[in-house]
Amino acid sequence: MIQGISIYHFLIVSTLMFFIGIAGFIIRQNLITILLSVELILNSVVINFLVFNRYLYPDQLQGHFFALFIIGVAAAEASVAIALIINIYRRIHNIESDNVNEMKY
Amino acid sequence: MINYSYTILIPLIPLVIFVFTGLLGMKWKPLVSGIIGTVGVGISFFLSLFTAYEYFFATATGSAYHTIIPVNMLWLSFTHTLQIHMGVLLDPISVMMIVVVTTISFMAHLYSIGYMKGERGFQRYYSFLSLFTFSMLGVVLATNIFQIYIFWELVGASSFLLIGFYYDKPSAVAAAKKAFIVTRFADLGFLIGILILSYYTGTFDFSKLLQPGTHLFAGLAGVSFLGLSGITWAMALIFMGAAGKSAMFPLHIWLPDAMEGPTPVSALIHAATMVVAGVFLVARLFPIYHFQAPDVLIFIGYVGGFTSLIAAIIAMTQFDIKRVLAYSTLSQIGYMMVALGVSGYGGEAGLGYMASMFHLFTHAMFKALLFLGAGSIIHTIHSNFMKDMGGLRKYMPITHFTFLAACLAISGIPPFAGFFSKDEILAAAFESNKLLFYVEYITAGLTSFYIFRLYFNIFWGKDPEYKHKPHEAPLNMTIPLIFLGLGSTFGGFVPFHKLVTSDMKPFTTVTHWGIMLPSVGIGLLGLAVAWVLYKKENDLPDKISKKLGILYTSTYHKFYIDEIYLFVTKKIIFNYIARPIAWFDHNIVDGFMIGVGTVTVKISYKIKKFQSGELQQYAFVFVAGVIMLALFILYSLGYH
Amino acid sequence: MNVFMFYLLSFIILTFSVLTITSRKMLRATIYLLFVLVATSGLYFLLNYQFLAAVQLTLYAGGIVVLIIFSILLTSHISQRFKKPEPWKLWMGIIAFIVGSVLVSWTLLSHNFIKNPGMKSTPVDMHLIGNQLLGLGKNGYVLSFEVISILLLAAMITAIVIAKKEKNQKSDTL
Repeated sequence: MIQGISIYHFLIVSTLMFFIGIAGFIIRQNLITILLSVELILNSVVINFLVFNRYLYPDQLQGHFFALFIIGVAAAEASVAIALIINIYRRIHNIESDNVNEMKY
Repeated sequence: MINYSYTILIPLIPLVIFVFTGLLGMKWKPLVSGIIGTVGVGISFFLSLFTAYEYFFATATGSAYHTIIPVNMLWLSFTHTLQIHMGVLLDPISVMMIVVVTTISFMAHLYSIGYMKGERGFQRYYSFLSLFTFSMLGVVLATNIFQIYIFWELVGASSFLLIGFYYDKPSAVAAAKKAFIVTRFADLGFLIGILILSYYTGTFDFSKLLQPGTHLFAGLAGVSFLGLSGITWAMALIFMGAAGKSAMFPLHIWLPDAMEGPTPVSALIHAATMVVAGVFLVARLFPIYHFQAPDVLIFIGYVGGFTSLIAAIIAMTQFDIKRVLAYSTLSQIGYMMVALGVSGYGGEAGLGYMASMFHLFTHAMFKALLFLGAGSIIHTIHSNFMKDMGGLRKYMPITHFTFLAACLAISGIPPFAGFFSKDEILAAAFESNKLLFYVEYITAGLTSFYIFRLYFNIFWGKDPEYKHKPHEAPLNMTIPLIFLGLGSTFGGFVPFHKLVTSDMKPFTTVTHWGIMLPSVGIGLLGLAVAWVLYKKENDLPDKISKKLGILYTSTYHKFYIDEIYLFVTKKIIFNYIARPIAWFDHNIVDGFMIGVGTVTVKISYKIKKFQSGELQQYAFVFVAGVIMLALFILYSLGYH
Repeated sequence: MNVFMFYLLSFIILTFSVLTITSRKMLRATIYLLFVLVATSGLYFLLNYQFLAAVQLTLYAGGIVVLIIFSILLTSHISQRFKKPEPWKLWMGIIAFIVGSVLVSWTLLSHNFIKNPGMKSTPVDMHLIGNQLLGLGKNGYVLSFEVISILLLAAMITAIVIAKKEKNQKSDTL
């Protein structure tokens, strides 16, 4: 809890960060950049959890633990995603999302 | 009281043989399958004889016989109330029938070893014969009406298979189809009858249905449809099935064509056993007919009488010896139906019932003999037609004498078997229905005439030009002939009135001299007419047939009944009912289905483009969807 | 001071977020993300969640970002520049950003968050976190903990299986 800073400030920051992540997801073609955008989105969610915990229910640690778990999930997700990316690169020598459309029909 | 549960083996042995011969037969030598089949049926035959001896003579002593159900197992259990059993039921008629079936079947098996020698599909033939024997025994021994129905259909199927045995002959294929379709059509009525009956009585079981004075039919009393009571409908529909199988008019058209099958098959199935299944069915359900639906019983009597007269008339004009015998079979089955139709229940009144079963028994003997004799003639002459025969008594003495015995039996000349049974039928008819009595009396004369016309044409007259000299059949074909000849000669002395009666109690018969003498007289009259016309070759028959003109030709063409059927089915049913329905099916029903399919395919080709494979596009759609959902929830459902 | 720090950190977060997704050099984008993650951990410090901030620094900044950099080095040339995004994609992204953030911000701002006044804030010490993470009773997260551990194991195996070279695959790149 920070004197002079309301919950809305934090939430606006995390919201903007979230939608910047989404915009990056949509705009960028490179799979690794898409992964970066996903990390941004996850981070903004973590901020949200912590802020709600601190400002609204400071007597417990629920948000805190969810944040921890999200970081864990993010790590797992990043490792699998990178494995996939490497495999794709091996097959088509390229990691542009446009080229990964073999299974569209 | 001995344990009768071994009787289950009587139908099971042919079943096992059918399975093994059917599956493995092609690997065996033909003769092996023939011998296995014959030995198996032989075992069944001796078991049946033993059962009959135990049942009739060893245990019961002059008093009433009891219904014994040694085996009855639950086969299908649909619900608590709808349960179908399979089992073995022994009472006088079923014991009598297993003896008849296994005897004739054994004879046919033995005879076929010689008759079918060298035919293609010998093993197939024997497996079908075993299948037929199994199914016929199943019909006879059934403990409930549903079991009868199952085996009834199996009998029809094996008959179909055997009529179409020469499946590369178009006429045999057509005959098989005709037999199957006609009997199947009749069985539709049978099934509906069973359903009505069991729906209202709540049981299939004969032991419950057949008790005189049972209250099971109370539920049917109030039901009526088109002015007839429910039980009348049910029993009439069941009789329709019986009429189809027993080839009663107007469902008789399949039987003469069924002669396309091998001759021992005609003897076994289409003369002695399967075609009397209808008679057996009516006899089996006789208490219901008599107490609940007497109208139907009278109807059965008239159908039987009409059929016997018509068939006898047609038989006089046919030249194919197997067809003569086929029409003769129809006529004799008509006799049995008449006897059932005029019969009462219990004691002396049940004379007709007893006479019907008696005639069934004797008819099985002499008609099987006639067919097997005809078979051995065809076997050496290679023709079915009378014009190719003549003077055969010199060449085939055994066939000649046994055939003569059968002819005398069917004409009702004492002391041959048919005399006794036919006499009982006439006596029963005389007592309750004068009209039917006269019909049957005339038919008896006609019978004697046509059978001796056949006899004189085959064995007397002058020799036609034989390509090679006719010879007597081999031993394994003559043994059955001799056996059945003895049966036809002495079978009439079996005291049926002590054994097979409507209420299972023996009664004493009186000799009806007033009926016996005229019936012998008309039999001899028929014989004499045939003697005059056919003993020596002369032109009298041609003159008479010319004089009769239209009457003769229409009889020769079997009263155009086949043509009427063809007209009704082809011209009326096909054109005015089947064709519009087919059009509807092709254009409306199929069109709708095809339309649905086509539209689906077209739409799916159109919407396939949505699957672009563009990851970002998916993501955008996803986000847009989430945003819209959020807006909807927030503003329209009022969470804000 | 805290207020100033908040605005500074927020500014860093937003600026580098935008730079992350707009930069056309991949390695730079990753470094910008690193800045974002570090600044986020600063926010956690401000909120008095020191443990989580440390986790963020070590796991994200130290682990994931390094992993990503490795994969970049494996799959791309450092100097490679992205081609410009197609216009329809650019507009899709911008529309999603504007509509989404406006909608969410407006909803947030119009909502009145009520804090329960009687609540005391608990100090977040390592002892408490450890106890609750493996606790079985109320406020115990042992089930989630186990689920996460299995998930991590599964992810590890998956990553190995996916990324390993097939035996008969002729590889001229790695």
